[in-house]
Amino acid sequence: MAHATVPLTRRRFLETRRRDAWWVQPLVVFIILTSFLIYATWAAFQNAHYTFGPYLSPFYSPEIFGNSPHAILGPKPGWWPGWLPFSPALIILPFPALFRFTCYYYRGSYYKAFWADPPGCSVGEPRKTYLGERYFPLVFQNIHRYFMLFAVVFLVILAYDVWKALWWTDPLTGQVRFGVGLGAVILALNVVCLGGYTLGCHSMRHILGGFRDQFSKNRLFKAPYACATCLNTTHHRWAWVSLFTVAFSDVYVRMCSMGIWYDPRLF
Amino acid sequence: MANATFQIWRGEQGTGSFIEYATPVSEGMVVLDAIHDIQAAQANDLAVRWNCKAGKCGSCSAEINGQPRLMCMTRLNELDLAKPVTVEPMRSFPHHRDLVTDVSWNFRVKKKIRKFTPRRPDAPDGTWRMQQEDVDRVQEFRKCIECFLCQDVCHVLRDHHLHEEFIGPRYLVHAAALEMHPLDTLDRREELRKAHGIGYCNITKCCTMVCPEHITITDNAIIPLKERVMDHAFDPIVKLVGLIKGTTPGP
Repeated sequence: MAHATVPLTRRRFLETRRRDAWWVQPLVVFIILTSFLIYATWAAFQNAHYTFGPYLSPFYSPEIFGNSPHAILGPKPGWWPGWLPFSPALIILPFPALFRFTCYYYRGSYYKAFWADPPGCSVGEPRKTYLGERYFPLVFQNIHRYFMLFAVVFLVILAYDVWKALWWTDPLTGQVRFGVGLGAVILALNVVCLGGYTLGCHSMRHILGGFRDQFSKNRLFKAPYACATCLNTTHHRWAWVSLFTVAFSDVYVRMCSMGIWYDPRLF
Repeated sequence: MANATFQIWRGEQGTGSFIEYATPVSEGMVVLDAIHDIQAAQANDLAVRWNCKAGKCGSCSAEINGQPRLMCMTRLNELDLAKPVTVEPMRSFPHHRDLVTDVSWNFRVKKKIRKFTPRRPDAPDGTWRMQQEDVDRVQEFRKCIECFLCQDVCHVLRDHHLHEEFIGPRYLVHAAALEMHPLDTLDRREELRKAHGIGYCNITKCCTMVCPEHITITDNAIIPLKERVMDHAFDPIVKLVGLIKGTTPGP
């Protein structure tokens, strides 16, 4: 018998008796989310190379004001303050960004990865005080359901972008022809992944029937709730896959626009 | 038979130390078997709470190599026996002796949650009628064996000791089972927000990960409750609709 005097007191920061590599998951989350944030911010400020033929980068869609033919209301408005940097992405990106920021899944992940609250399950924390999501500022996470509604609107717009991506204008004749390029497939895949993420959102699940105690009394909710629940069980996977596809869609359009990548026409 | 080394927390009222025991182990053994062998052969006064040895009574909760687990459901072949296996009591509750903690706080918390209050009986013989599809969700929550591993791993209780302000995942599951029950008539959302502190949960999902009954605590109980609390307390559109329909949410 041997003694190791370790009192059962509050653990110090990162102190744990866990033997597994608990730190890998928060580290991977930190790296991926930081990389995405840096790339998305850089891409949003570029205000260039966000279209290629009928393709429009999802970071810039819908293009409300802008210089491309995709702009809904024309070029940058005259009333735009001179001191404020302009990019079509800066107008619309806050909505999907805040949808992800307030997402239940991401919240749990980034609280661990960025705020160490806690760094891992049964791992010591750096702070003694804790307010949770009860008080300012985190009480505003409760706004998630509204950003979810915006995300649904964006989903419809991105689906329409895929449709538009199938129609190519001949630069010589001006004729519009149907054609499927690899870019359209990538944009369509992005919409599918974003759909899987958005439609399986916890707030969506609540709105589609989770708020009810009895499905038997109103069957209208039963099937939508079941679908949202089905997607919700893999919500974390959809969250990461859609994050990757939305970034890759922008990379693809950017590379084609810059002439670095060639967009093969499938038919 | 190979030998394995266990470092078992020995002491009373929070003070004590790890004491190392070597014991023979064989195929098919679980941690509780090894603890019983040590108790029988080397430490007759070792305090350990156990009952069914089948993962259904929720008595033998402890922290094995730092992870909250049931001792009777942790097979030794899942552990690296080349290193000493640490076994210590749950950290979220007052320590009593050796591996035993005082979990009575949980039972006091349960009393704070308003009980199941069904509507008037559907039939003259005093019985109710329910559809299976209406109780599917609730049945998952009824699997809980009250091992309190979820309470133990929850950092709000474990690290921040907010036992007076937060009821913990186990009782949020209990509240969800009541709130979503098709026969229940009470609205507990206001107390969930204020007295029961649902806002303290920051969705780390640690409770879900340690649940030996594989209840999807966070996704199926806590987050749906958070959404219901939001309907009640934060969502202006839901409030407006309620005002128009004359069904303003509230207890």
